[in-house]
Amino acid sequence: MTLAEEIRERSGQDINSCYQCHKCSGGCPVTFVCDLPLSGLVRALQLGLRDVALASRLVWLCSGCRACFERCPNGIDGARVLDALKAMAKEADRVEDPQVAAFHDAFLRMVRRFGRAYELGMMAEYKLRTGTFTQDVPLGMKMMARRKLRLLPSPAPRRGDLGRLFREGVRYRKRQAGGDLA
Amino acid sequence: MNTGVPVAGTAGVAGGTVVTHLAYYPGCSLHSTGWEFDASTRAVCAALGIELREVPGWTCCGSSSAHTRAGPLARALGLRNLVLAEGTGQEVLVPCAACYNVLKGADAAWRAGEGEAREAARLVEEGLGRPYRGEVAVRHVLGVLGQPGVLEALRARLKSPWRVPVVPYYGCLLSRPSSQLGCDRPEQPVLMDRVLEAIGAEVRPWSYKTDCCGASLTISHAPVVEVLVNELIKQARRAGAVALVTACPMCHANLDSRQSVTPPMPVLYVTEAVGIALGLPEARRWLGAHLVDARGLLGPPGEMVP
Repeated sequence: MTLAEEIRERSGQDINSCYQCHKCSGGCPVTFVCDLPLSGLVRALQLGLRDVALASRLVWLCSGCRACFERCPNGIDGARVLDALKAMAKEADRVEDPQVAAFHDAFLRMVRRFGRAYELGMMAEYKLRTGTFTQDVPLGMKMMARRKLRLLPSPAPRRGDLGRLFREGVRYRKRQAGGDLA
Repeated sequence: MNTGVPVAGTAGVAGGTVVTHLAYYPGCSLHSTGWEFDASTRAVCAALGIELREVPGWTCCGSSSAHTRAGPLARALGLRNLVLAEGTGQEVLVPCAACYNVLKGADAAWRAGEGEAREAARLVEEGLGRPYRGEVAVRHVLGVLGQPGVLEALRARLKSPWRVPVVPYYGCLLSRPSSQLGCDRPEQPVLMDRVLEAIGAEVRPWSYKTDCCGASLTISHAPVVEVLVNELIKQARRAGAVALVTACPMCHANLDSRQSVTPPMPVLYVTEAVGIALGLPEARRWLGAHLVDARGLLGPPGEMVP
């Protein structure tokens, strides 16, 4: 399976139809802090450059704004391609931006546990995982003073079915010994 | 006696029928960082005679984190809430743009027969004990307020026109992906413009209506959000606005908390602006909770500090 085929299988996106018009990169809000813009990343995928793709900052900095998908003349959803690369990065143990990964992990753990986001708990877990203890402390206190940050979680009633949704709804793959997916 | 405002549905279930109640899915942000959005949406709906019925047992939509996991989880978190909403009403009002995007997107994907959505629906049905029937329409606050009948009702019930020069900031998730959300003007949406015009605001034209604020990067990469937010404020100022108006709690939080320009620019929820124009006294409490104090926009135009 080529890299492009693997991306297609995981994300549903046919990156081989990209003809490098760069509209996606032009509309992407985080191009300015990325080593490789989205159209460059897609080119790397077309060329089978797995390591270049997994090392790219964009995989983790994507904000999910979908400007790329909206503008692509070939209907490629860049955010979905990047989500597939996040999964591949985790499977290959090559998470280049552990802070972003930690944020999503912490957020989803609170949702799984309480059925609703619990910002204080999420921030505590995020800070423990990333060591960013002093970040945003004054901001956090201002938010609490304005009732924007609740001290305690407010769990959703009757959320017992969530556990199974999380267990069965998340799928990762094991790499075969030869390094390729079957 | 029905004194409510007609909120005719769009395609599907309630099309053409006058309804004066909506199921209500507030989402997590409206219970914490965006409580002013919840309070002002409820107050404005009450003033217009629209009854809101909160979806019982609603859970987090998964926001921008669930889709970073491989598998049908993201669709499942959306569909679960749609099944619950279906039992509460024919239309569900979803103020948060991210929740709206997730719920409406999940519904659209399910209708289109997307494999992941159908698998997610199966998982949700096994958990909740009933299937998704696709009989609920997902509505955003702008979609409800922007209807001709509602705009007329707003104009009729104005206590004082809110003559403030503002820019409408839609953000990303209300209009993209346009094919899934049924948005016919993803690059230059105008619904919020119409609502603001109806309450007397001076809507300034600008080119940044749907430019991303940086979303959840505010936690892991705050400096990126600071750059994006400062640029939006700079452009708002250039357009002649004294405030930004938004309809997304994530955008509001980012604009309100990460700007570092002087002087700071206040950011209001569209429902707060409508509440001010309708003369709701609670508006003072909402605006006072913002990090950039917006209470200067409560009084008559002459008293405002740009």
